[in-house]
Amino acid sequence: METTRTVTSIAPASRALEVIGGDLTERSLRRYLEGIPGVDAVGLEARAAALGTRSIKTTSKAWALDKIIELTDLTTLEGSDTPGKVRSLVAKAMVPDPDDMTCPRVAAVCVYGDMVPHAVEALGSAHDDGASGRINVAAVATAFPSGRSSRSVKLSDTSDAVAAGADEIDMVIDRGAFLAGRYGQVFDEIVAVKEACRRADGSFAHLKVILETGELVTYDNVRRASWLAILAGGDFIKTSTGKVAPAATLPVTLSMLEVVRDWHRLTGEKIGVKPAGGIRASKDAIKYLVTVAETVGEGWLTPHLFRFGASSLLNDVLLQRQKLSSGHYSGAAYVTID
Amino acid sequence: MTFLDYAPAPESASILNLKSEYGLFINGDFVPGKGESFTSISPATEQQITTVSCASEADVDTAVVAARRAYERTWSKLSGADRGKYLFRIARLVQERSRELAVAESLDNGKPIKESRDVDIPLVAAWFFYYAGWADKLDYAGLGPAPRSLGVAAQVIPWNFPLLMLAWKIAPALAAGNTVVLKPAETTPLTALLFAEILQQADLPPGVVNIITGAGATGSALVNHPDVNKVAFTGSTAVGREIARSTAGTAKKLTLELGGKGANIVFDDAPIDQAIEGIVNGIFFNQGQVCCAGSRLLVQESVHDEVVDRLKERLSTLRVGDPLDKNTDVGAINSASQLGRMRELSDIGEQEGATRWSPACTLPDKGFWFPPTVFTNVSTSHRIARDEIFGPVLSVLTFRTPAEAIAKANNTPYGLSAGIWTDKGSRILAVADKLRAGVVWANTFNKFDPASPFGGYKESGYGREGGRHGLAAYLAPAAVSSRGSSRSSSASSVKALRGGTK
Repeated sequence: METTRTVTSIAPASRALEVIGGDLTERSLRRYLEGIPGVDAVGLEARAAALGTRSIKTTSKAWALDKIIELTDLTTLEGSDTPGKVRSLVAKAMVPDPDDMTCPRVAAVCVYGDMVPHAVEALGSAHDDGASGRINVAAVATAFPSGRSSRSVKLSDTSDAVAAGADEIDMVIDRGAFLAGRYGQVFDEIVAVKEACRRADGSFAHLKVILETGELVTYDNVRRASWLAILAGGDFIKTSTGKVAPAATLPVTLSMLEVVRDWHRLTGEKIGVKPAGGIRASKDAIKYLVTVAETVGEGWLTPHLFRFGASSLLNDVLLQRQKLSSGHYSGAAYVTID
Repeated sequence: MTFLDYAPAPESASILNLKSEYGLFINGDFVPGKGESFTSISPATEQQITTVSCASEADVDTAVVAARRAYERTWSKLSGADRGKYLFRIARLVQERSRELAVAESLDNGKPIKESRDVDIPLVAAWFFYYAGWADKLDYAGLGPAPRSLGVAAQVIPWNFPLLMLAWKIAPALAAGNTVVLKPAETTPLTALLFAEILQQADLPPGVVNIITGAGATGSALVNHPDVNKVAFTGSTAVGREIARSTAGTAKKLTLELGGKGANIVFDDAPIDQAIEGIVNGIFFNQGQVCCAGSRLLVQESVHDEVVDRLKERLSTLRVGDPLDKNTDVGAINSASQLGRMRELSDIGEQEGATRWSPACTLPDKGFWFPPTVFTNVSTSHRIARDEIFGPVLSVLTFRTPAEAIAKANNTPYGLSAGIWTDKGSRILAVADKLRAGVVWANTFNKFDPASPFGGYKESGYGREGGRHGLAAYLAPAAVSSRGSSRSSSASSVKALRGGTK
């Protein structure tokens, strides 16, 4: 069985063809992934901790707080989500702080696929792909969060969301297949989902590939899955669904940023990174900005290349923002719930 | 402004409550020295911090007499548990005053506050906690039951880790039951003087620790004083040789921790991103002013270009500047004379044909500064591959096989530290086994722990500091005759050990 599996051809994704070479098979993909240098966990965590000690004050802090808002995918992913809840979330996304109209808007709202029409409707003219200051709609898809369903269900999950107006698709990889070593299957699925992101006019919804690093556990796995997702055509690599602990951590995100940096060195192409889940405090979010800037460069601090997947983070940022302008801390009653 | 030009985040020096003048700390009090006092300056600004007394030969004698009296009347008579209590108290006070000590250290030494705050001062407290625990367990130090203290220890420490080196010296000496006369380096006396205040706060009996400031002459008078039983020195190999010569033929026990030219060996299967961090930490930590610095980078030839490219990219994010700014990665060089040596050896490196590179960085006008520097195309015969530069200067050499890496790493008169970077555990063990270095780090560098012994081979000195091994430097096996009432007989047996030098 091993042999039949390894000689199987995999989808001829253009990036993989270019980097790995002509005869794309499960075996050539595996060899490539296994040839990536290892990660020393102690050293990686030490570097992340060191980046976390940067002291971001005064003007830098003000800039960072606004930047965090601009990079946020304001998220609600609950079984209890309703059109009303989504409208409320969208209102918050458009006007995060009603007392301060200089406050920037978030990058996107992130919802389940069936909520996409409600999000699109609520955004109205504020919904646009590309123009600055407009807000995207991101939909989780492919049997989020577990990814445990048939390929056809995952693909229609994706194409339904795109048809309903989603600008971005946050897919989950098949962690079971990855951990069983069936890299080709994971690869093919990403390629297929990417194809399902194609709109009627031939353009594509942005594809974020969720690795669910909390289930991959080792940094070596995270690094390998990051390469795999990029080779298969992902526009973004994303840490987590937010449904598994641990979700985003600074060392995991650093490790993914290193892959993105190396991909850029190799091909000149820029891939996005999205830590999601577990980032609740401004102070923590600033550590991520520092890590991005010092690993891949400040140029990555744009919504096209870096996002925070978060829900409660926004209000903490708003409180910190108010504190910077007023000089004193207010409280939960002075920011709106969404 | 770009985000990476982080807004200034300086630690305020106003936390310090410094006196304009400091005396010598002898017998529990600050007393004026008879030598000509000198000033301590901040190497980052060349501004004067405070005025410090200089101990004359007579002052040295007063300090040794005080230490002898404290040894015989008080300290050697205390139980180990009671000595431990004092050490625990000191450790806690260091923690309580850690912020103040970190600021003082960065001000006086020039090292970045993030290092004094996150490395130096926490390790100082850890060292006192660790040896506090040993004080009542000396029977298990590996020297047989009831080992004896030596008497008065003369300790001379360097300027690169002023308070940490003080802790490395004082903590084991006191735990083992000795009393101490310590001389901090001429350019970095400040934290030792603040430490003297901590000793007063801790109510340490007068004379158990005496801190005398001064230059080389004071240190020489101290180590040559006939009534000291133990000499411990950390510093340059040249001065270490002099001390070895002058203590030869006396009954003084000697430990020396001297220079180094550590090899940091990167194999082609190394975890590359962490190896780059390890290279940076190995040579740019504390501006490279570290005796165990990884100043020789040995890279497997097959990955040389990639490692050098990535290293240069990483160095471009290093922030050189104000040591008190919390975002500074590389601070000031400790003194003009050290800076001179770095410049001289780097110029020689260029003349010998090595390729010099530094990232773009603006150095302040005032103070002593040297940019992070990497030399490629270095050969083993170059002086920058052989001499200790003691600065932020890395020499990159290549190797082809593990055997060649080992041979090159050992091809130095020094033998203090080495590093190995590989994902292969078996290779770590095989290579570490053949390296003639007192410390070998695997997939890390410049990591210290009080439980781990530290010391050198060859011209890097002898004796070990830290861990159980570090106690052996301050203890002697029990004399057979002292069985029975070891406590009351300890003073007389020490006299016997001194061989009537008094």
